[in-house]
Amino acid sequence: MPTFVYMTRCDGCGECVDICPSDIMHIDPTYRRAYNIEPNFCWECYSCVKACPQHAIDVRGYADFAPLGHSVRVRREEEKNTISWKVTFRDGREKNFVSPIRTTPWGSIEDPKDFPGPTPEQFATQELWQEPDALHIDALPTLAGKVKV
Amino acid sequence: MFTINPFAEISATVSPDIMQWYIIVMALFVAGGTLFDMIHKKSAKYFFRDWGRKRAKAKTPLGGGGMASLAIKTAVVDVLASGEFCKVPRRIAHLLTFYGFIGYLVATVMMVFQYATPDMATPAWLPQLWYLGAAMVMFGGYWFWFFIRVDVAKEENSPFRLIRADLFVVSLLLSVTFGFLWGLTQASGSADWSTFFLALYVLANTVLFVGVPWSKFSHMFYKPAAAFEKKVEEADGSTKMPPPSDGSNLGAH
Repeated sequence: MPTFVYMTRCDGCGECVDICPSDIMHIDPTYRRAYNIEPNFCWECYSCVKACPQHAIDVRGYADFAPLGHSVRVRREEEKNTISWKVTFRDGREKNFVSPIRTTPWGSIEDPKDFPGPTPEQFATQELWQEPDALHIDALPTLAGKVKV
Repeated sequence: MFTINPFAEISATVSPDIMQWYIIVMALFVAGGTLFDMIHKKSAKYFFRDWGRKRAKAKTPLGGGGMASLAIKTAVVDVLASGEFCKVPRRIAHLLTFYGFIGYLVATVMMVFQYATPDMATPAWLPQLWYLGAAMVMFGGYWFWFFIRVDVAKEENSPFRLIRADLFVVSLLLSVTFGFLWGLTQASGSADWSTFFLALYVLANTVLFVGVPWSKFSHMFYKPAAAFEKKVEEADGSTKMPPPSDGSNLGAH
């Protein structure tokens, strides 16, 4: 479901331009409002939808999901740690979904640069950064005797 | 220097009637350009069609008092305080250009229509307001142009790249800048520079007011209407936005 912008609501702040991982949110040269330059390339990550402070970006649902005439809108409330979606079908029915944005408190994730760098021994293993501690296990499972770590 | 009415100073070479008619014609261009824009884009037609549809779906229709209250809120928050802008620097820059332009415009009209010749002593505050308004527009405008403008700040384009969306802000900035320079050079007695900047001032003003159908000038009329409609749809329940979460209603509803 690619995104599109309500130009009367957009104030041209460029938050969506910054956050779009596909670099398809750009600024319209005539009105200086954001627009999706290539919906076919939209990853449908909805980063722009959630980041827009004006709630100016909407989602164009696929026909098998909701027939034409519907709307899919989102409200992101960081202070409440929730993200709400409202789907309005063309016959007036509504579906509302509220989800937590994340399951850990804001600010609780440490900055990567706060961690000590890997030791030469850690470089020599096949474990990724912070494994196995971050997985809350003592060691990664191995095929004992067949795989040499 | 800042207490001299520059329009009265040139009244010996440019008739006050010409200056007054120029302002009237420019005002007509703004009105006509806005109407043309509205008819050409059918923005009013779509606005009122959308307005009717949403009011028909209102869950809690508003009365006259509710509408008036929202209209006042829109005027105070969105128009007078530029509440639309979510970023503080953009809001400050917009407020500077908004109030600067109003002061500059009011001072221009009063100086041209009421104090058009040197024998009508212009109160010192009028030219001061004119210069102050121009300075506010220049400060807010150039700050926006070189640092805040999304083309530069987010798209990383050159600040000197011009697109159609720039027509309004560029002509406005050039208009006040050339006006400011014209006033200064005239007060300092530099006749050649004064004439040069006067010509550029007139040219920039003409582009600003005649270019309304192609520029963003008329946004000052449309944006309050859009902000009012947004407030009304949130108040009467016709909005398609999800309601604010209370933090405990997780799941599907």
